[in-house]
Amino acid sequence: MANASEPIADLIGREYAAGFVTNIESETIPPGLNEDVIATISAKKNEPQWMLDWRLEAYRTWRAMTPPEWAHLKHPPVDFDAISYYSAPKSQKNRPKSLDEVDPELLATYEKLGIPLHERAALAGVAVDVVFDSVSVATTFREELGKVGVIFCPISEAIREYPELVKEYLGSVVPVRDNFYAALNSAVFSDGSFVYIPKGVRCPMELSTYFRINEQNTGQFERTLIICDDDAYVSYLEGCTAPKRDENQLHAAVVELVARNNAQIKYSTVQNWYPGDENGDGGIYNFVTKRGLCAGVNSKISWTQVETGSAITWKYPSVVLRGDNSVGEFYSVALTHHFQQADTGTKMIHMGKNTRSTIVSKGISAGRSQNTYRGLVRVSPNAVGARNYTQCDSLLIGDKCGAHTFPYIENRNSDSIVEHEATTSKVSDDQLFLCQQRGIDAEKAVSMIVNGFCKEVFRELPMEFAVEAGKLLEVSLEGAVG
Amino acid sequence: MLTIKNLTAQVDGKKILNGLNLQVKPGEVHAIMGPNGSGKSTLANVLAGRAGYEVTGGEALFEGKNLLELSPDVRAREGLFLAFQYPVEIPGVTNLQFLKAAVDAMRHHRGQTPLDASAFMRLAREKCKGLALNPDFLKRGVNEGFSGGEKKRNEILQMALLEPKLALLDETDSGLDIDALQIAAEGVNAFRSPERAVVLITHYQRLLDYIVPDYVHVLAQGRIIKSGTRELALELEDKGYSWVLEEAKAS
Ligand SMILES: Nc1ncnc2c1ncn2[C@@H]1O[C@H](COP(=O)(O)OP(=O)(O)OP(=O)(O)O)[C@@H](O)[C@H]1O
Ligand SMILES: [Mg+2]
Repeated sequence: MANASEPIADLIGREYAAGFVTNIESETIPPGLNEDVIATISAKKNEPQWMLDWRLEAYRTWRAMTPPEWAHLKHPPVDFDAISYYSAPKSQKNRPKSLDEVDPELLATYEKLGIPLHERAALAGVAVDVVFDSVSVATTFREELGKVGVIFCPISEAIREYPELVKEYLGSVVPVRDNFYAALNSAVFSDGSFVYIPKGVRCPMELSTYFRINEQNTGQFERTLIICDDDAYVSYLEGCTAPKRDENQLHAAVVELVARNNAQIKYSTVQNWYPGDENGDGGIYNFVTKRGLCAGVNSKISWTQVETGSAITWKYPSVVLRGDNSVGEFYSVALTHHFQQADTGTKMIHMGKNTRSTIVSKGISAGRSQNTYRGLVRVSPNAVGARNYTQCDSLLIGDKCGAHTFPYIENRNSDSIVEHEATTSKVSDDQLFLCQQRGIDAEKAVSMIVNGFCKEVFRELPMEFAVEAGKLLEVSLEGAVG
Repeated sequence: MLTIKNLTAQVDGKKILNGLNLQVKPGEVHAIMGPNGSGKSTLANVLAGRAGYEVTGGEALFEGKNLLELSPDVRAREGLFLAFQYPVEIPGVTNLQFLKAAVDAMRHHRGQTPLDASAFMRLAREKCKGLALNPDFLKRGVNEGFSGGEKKRNEILQMALLEPKLALLDETDSGLDIDALQIAAEGVNAFRSPERAVVLITHYQRLLDYIVPDYVHVLAQGRIIKSGTRELALELEDKGYSWVLEEAKAS
């Protein structure tokens, strides 16, 4: 509790609510990576030869690459031989056909996470795909979606059932050699979600995936591919958690989005991977490549992210605006506390005429954390009439944390407008005192001030998610004031 | 209601309050006047529990409770209100949201159920009307871009909504135009009741034409050096502070 003689100070952290381990028998292959391991993963998934070849090619590419070092992040090198690249709950061998067949312990896990699968799905009309360690566990509402031709299934299944679609689009937005972690993911990804919305279909419900890392020493490498055909629309939600472990765990996902003519994809993430403890021990290393391609005219892709977890975040959800009049948006809240480090932002690549992009980034740093916004706006010579607006705000809580902003602008078209605004502010003792003097306790006050700061981003989130995000911020900031 | 005995306090190692005594009973209105830098705001801040103000001696009892050991938010919920001399802005948080959170906290403390959004809205609009504030005011960020006078009226609005037992008003009259001063004074007068007390910090005896105090005190060099009634304020206006300071030195 705050008393008269304590101004804002960083104190002990709170318990990480999602930090429990689930006791489920699982099958995990030994740590280390080589061509045999990749063949094993591929075999476990009953993959066709072309997929295995693609993976092996990616593996060879990856071997020749080195981890990127340009980010404003400090961490010991990752030992890629100490990680197991595949782990699956054992009961997966007989894949559940419906939710009733899903291991009750697993369902209990999601309950604990506050995602009662049945209710959530039924009440909110959300179709949920759950990825536990490496495999998809349950996909709800598939039948209902099937009626309108929407495909929503684990990507492992899509590889077998819809090889033509997968072959055409996998790696089309994030090529294998795009970066070190994307290449690694391409070699070893074990599951993730696949979505295809056919022409003219507005997906009748929000699609949702929850990712959870459970096993020790496993990495999670999910792969998500979402294709929205002409005139189609989808809103997709992604949530993530992991148990508390003393060691660092690796998460290296790739998400690819393709929007064809007049199509719209709204992708929302609430990322709450285990951030490590108040001393900076443990936590997830989150190296993620997310990119959307506005392939068609008048298409639109929006990324909205609320990032409160992970020890290290390296993530730049981007949009390639190829179609004329296409629109890219990035709304982000990144909160770091204790010893967390985040280097996150976006890239907006304007190629088509009259393309527009909006970037709103809100970084909140507390404790001894470091929070970096890194953004690139590139306007190519052909992108006549392109427009970008970037707003980048940082909020500091306490005086031991850091906020950094690296906005890169490459404008090769004189007929375009690129605007950038940036602010840095502090939750001041005076603001806190005003709230307290009106009877509001310190933690509520900070959460209210922070929520006010994030307002422009939260209003982009689907309703239930916005509520969840607000609560998550509150919980993540516990102990941020004295 | 409020008993201050021999209170000493310092800021950044600098002694500001030097053995201050004051007694406020329910129903009373006290005016505190005094030269710039004499410690008036410091007294208000110490009572409200602002960080950085270190109490080095003496005591302050509020309804028999030791005020000094309560956290600032608890003091507020117990019924102590401070209208700030310089209200701070909280961008992005709407006035309405802020006021609702504050009223909810107070009601919770008193064991009352929270008001639902529409009931609160009605109440807030009504209070705005009483202070001749445009209800659009509620939608704006807390003090964000408010004029000096609007900020002060917003303080009175908060007081009206929170219904404290003891209100400390730190130069709430400064920066108000003549009409606004009258409206704010009406707000304070409406607030007066036999159960409540008000401490007005002011430089201008004009305010006391509108809000007639029971007592007037002169605070100088961190102590109350003279107390009197309404007439003392008029005398101060006429003669300034030097004679009081002389008198205090002599005794
Ligand atoms: N945070 C602080 N750091 C250093 N000195 C301070 C601080 N707060 C107050 N003081 C000093 O304490 C003394 C009393 O200040 P205070 O604000 O209480 O005066 P006041 O009587 O309210 O004056 P005014 O009539 O100008 O509002 C002043 O000399 C002031 O400079
Ligand atoms: Mg003052």
